[in-house]
Amino acid sequence: MKRWHLVVPLVLFVLLAAFLWRGLRLDPREVPSPLVDKPAPAFSLTRLDDASRTVRRDDMLGKVWLLNVWASWCEACRTEHPTLVSFAKSGTVPIVGLNYKDTRTEGLGWLARFGDPYAMSLFDEKGRVGIDFGVYGVPETFVIDKQGVVRFKLIGPLTPELIATKIQPLLKSLGDA
Amino acid sequence: MIPELGQLALLLALAAALIQGTLPLVGAARNRADWMALARPAAQVQCVLVAFAFACLASAFVRNDFSVLYVAEHSNTSLPLAYRIAGVWGGHEGSLLLWLLMLCGWMLALARFSRSIPAPVVARILAVMGLIGAGFLLFMLVTSNPFERIVPVPPNGNDLNPLLQDPGMVVHPPMLYMGYVGFSVAFAFAIAALLGGDLSAQWARWMRPWTTAAWCFLTLGIMLGSLWAYYVLGWGGWWFWDPVENASFMPWLAGTALIHSLAVTDKRGAFKSWTVLLAIVAFSLSLLGTFIVRSGVLSSVHAFATDPKRGVFILSFLVIVIGGSLLLYAWRAPKVGLGARFEMVSRESMLLVNNVLFVVAMLSVLLGTLYPLLLDALDLGKISVGPPYFDTVFLPLMAPVLFLLGIGPLARWKQAELPALAKRLRWAAGVAVLATLAAALVAGRITLGAAFGVLMSVWIVASIATDLAHRLRPIGPAPVSLWTRIQTLPRPLLGMMLAHVGVAVFAFGVSMVRTYEVERDVKMQTGDTTEVAGYVFTLRGLRNVKGPNYDAVQAVVDVRRNGTPVALMHPEKRTYRVQGTALTDAAIDRDIARDLYVSLGEPVEGGAWIVRIYVKPFVDWIWGGCLLMALGGALAASDRRYRAKQASEATSPITATLATGASA
Amino acid sequence: MRRLLVALWICLLAAHAGANEAAPASADPALEARVMRIAAELRCLVCQNQTLADSHAGLALDLREQMRVMLREGADDDQVRRFMTDRYGDFVLYRPPLKATTLALWFGPLALLVGGLAVLFVVLRRRNRLGTEHFEPEEIDTTNEGLTT
Repeated sequence: MKRWHLVVPLVLFVLLAAFLWRGLRLDPREVPSPLVDKPAPAFSLTRLDDASRTVRRDDMLGKVWLLNVWASWCEACRTEHPTLVSFAKSGTVPIVGLNYKDTRTEGLGWLARFGDPYAMSLFDEKGRVGIDFGVYGVPETFVIDKQGVVRFKLIGPLTPELIATKIQPLLKSLGDA
Repeated sequence: MIPELGQLALLLALAAALIQGTLPLVGAARNRADWMALARPAAQVQCVLVAFAFACLASAFVRNDFSVLYVAEHSNTSLPLAYRIAGVWGGHEGSLLLWLLMLCGWMLALARFSRSIPAPVVARILAVMGLIGAGFLLFMLVTSNPFERIVPVPPNGNDLNPLLQDPGMVVHPPMLYMGYVGFSVAFAFAIAALLGGDLSAQWARWMRPWTTAAWCFLTLGIMLGSLWAYYVLGWGGWWFWDPVENASFMPWLAGTALIHSLAVTDKRGAFKSWTVLLAIVAFSLSLLGTFIVRSGVLSSVHAFATDPKRGVFILSFLVIVIGGSLLLYAWRAPKVGLGARFEMVSRESMLLVNNVLFVVAMLSVLLGTLYPLLLDALDLGKISVGPPYFDTVFLPLMAPVLFLLGIGPLARWKQAELPALAKRLRWAAGVAVLATLAAALVAGRITLGAAFGVLMSVWIVASIATDLAHRLRPIGPAPVSLWTRIQTLPRPLLGMMLAHVGVAVFAFGVSMVRTYEVERDVKMQTGDTTEVAGYVFTLRGLRNVKGPNYDAVQAVVDVRRNGTPVALMHPEKRTYRVQGTALTDAAIDRDIARDLYVSLGEPVEGGAWIVRIYVKPFVDWIWGGCLLMALGGALAASDRRYRAKQASEATSPITATLATGASA
Repeated sequence: MRRLLVALWICLLAAHAGANEAAPASADPALEARVMRIAAELRCLVCQNQTLADSHAGLALDLREQMRVMLREGADDDQVRRFMTDRYGDFVLYRPPLKATTLALWFGPLALLVGGLAVLFVVLRRRNRLGTEHFEPEEIDTTNEGLTT
């Protein structure tokens, strides 16, 4: 019998080890969004601060904007909030908040206490719009372009580093388009 | 003070392990008896030190020493004593120490029960095990020290995860680790054989009882895990194809192939290098399992808290051990004698078909478990591979295994004649078909799965009965009593039959439960009743109960059948005080023919509760079958043939402790 | 006679009054069974190691409710699954879809089985064609097992 077949297990193992090595750098829990490069889901929600005013997806066409999903009961949102507030101050891009599965009183109270970086916040009481956006954990942030197409989804809290490395370059390229 | 002593013990154990792992190896190569003789004492020293370190950690738990970080993370003063001790292996660092303790147990057993094995072989085997021990000790000391202190000392600990506060936690990990680690003995035998170039039939005979014993422990360990999940998770599931479950199942599949391959190598001297490869693969899968559970590469309920540094260390260890052994295999798996000749249709070839089926099954589980990682690493998207995949792929692979089980043991070695076999098995086949029809009639309805399950399990048992009847038939002019005839049957044969009956029992249980299980979700107020599968369940009342470290709402459920009381069941909804987590404690009424399973869901308005009621026919046959398999293996491993020494020694009969080893 | 029967009927009713038949946990058990059947093959994104059927996470409850609504409105199983994958990707399916990227996954086991049996067959046949001088002498096992059946 030829000897080459004795090397097969070793070769297979080396391939396996290579994949496992690569795997150490990946996060098995992160779920990438199938919405990237697709039009943002249509929605029609009332404003958090004014139940009589309704905002639709198409109202946002023509400009690049950020959608940030947050809730008053969310711990991690507290962590990212200062970053959001200072980013909003820079006036780079309008940030629209999606208040997810919250109550108006608690949501508004939270903003009053910790600052309001949002051009406006939309009230998604039942979380139905969240589901349409594929939200599974708060906070999440979407970058949506002038044509209303989702360009990027970030899962987890925003940090200054992530803004610098992921968001700013994208905004630049979208702004020129 | 004591934790520091424990840490020192680990350091010294590392030194002993390194000595054990190097000098005897060189000694065996150079034929230096004095260096080879170092193996046993070095192993003993390492074991004493590791046992001492383990005792230090255990004492820290028992004494509630929260200055030790690990104890603070996993224990609490209100935790009952048994779980404080079990908490030693409740987290990553402590479970490594348990792994090492088990390794030491096997090393000691090997040192003690290897008088009939030549010195160079023993030296090599202990050296290999010593190197493995050294690797784990290094891992612990560098990345996972259980004796790390925490300052300032917290007043109390975080408590053990409530899901783990159960007798299952006391038995499942030790049994499982005994199995995982036990395959290191087979691995060491294989490496020793490759290094020494000795692949005689003797080698297979020495290796067999150790491998079978390890397999028994692994079988029990997996069985206990499944049983524990069944009664603790509240919805009666018992196998989820979770990555960590698969990590224990793959070595089991490889191990099953190995014990069957060893039979061919032992009896006929054939396929030695294949057996060597299987031995390497089985232990490699154990190590791979260790990696999967602790590296964060796959998401699982069982996974320990992850840390990339640990992942890198284990992966490097894997590359060295597995890569090294496979390299050695490629280089040294010699074109040694092919062993004895056998025909295309023979017991040997059927055992090899068994091997192909089990190895393909193992590879399929591996494929499914790692596929999401594969695609993600190649940037091809993220998918999930769950029970629907594994059930679709695994069950059809096991079908031919079950069928062959009825034929193989009756086939002759060297050359089997199919027509003669078919004739012998006619009766068994007929009984199986009749039993399936009877089952369909009694149950009123039957599915393909259930029919197959009954058919195969009865087929296997009937085939064994045929074999047994033939062997026990009275022969000769002066027939001896049946009991005497039974006693002349060799233990490996009886063990094999018992284990195979276990497989039949298992298959029957699985197919019955999957087909005929009944579930009912109802809203119950005190006084409400509901009928499920002929049993009438009545909620008699609800009361508050105080446990040692939890508060619970307990329901009292009365069960009757045809008016006669069957059971009084007490499902609970517990809230553990320290962590604040809620847990459902299902009430189970066990019977050989069915389990009644009642668990509390959520409370609803009006003081009612959602109650989940299951009637699960023959579910205990699943674990009963596993138990029979393990018992069969233990019986086979305890054969006096393995304890037979070379002509000279008349050492005292080593009892079944050989099979049970240094028990957990 | 009539009065006796009426009295008997009232007695029966009275006897039954103490034992109330428990209501099913859900308003529509048949629909619920359908929901659970589909949800059992979907992955909970929050817990990630439970099915959508078993999970108690908020999102799981919301998604099951969404499924109930869709099924009541006449959607079929495939439409429900597509709803989930449109928003969460293939990750949410425990039964991986058959695609170019999963061909190896779904056909691998069969290929391995056929390949393995083929290799075994070839190896055994080649082995059997060798002359007797290649083989080791029979090892007669002197203990009980032996070479017998």
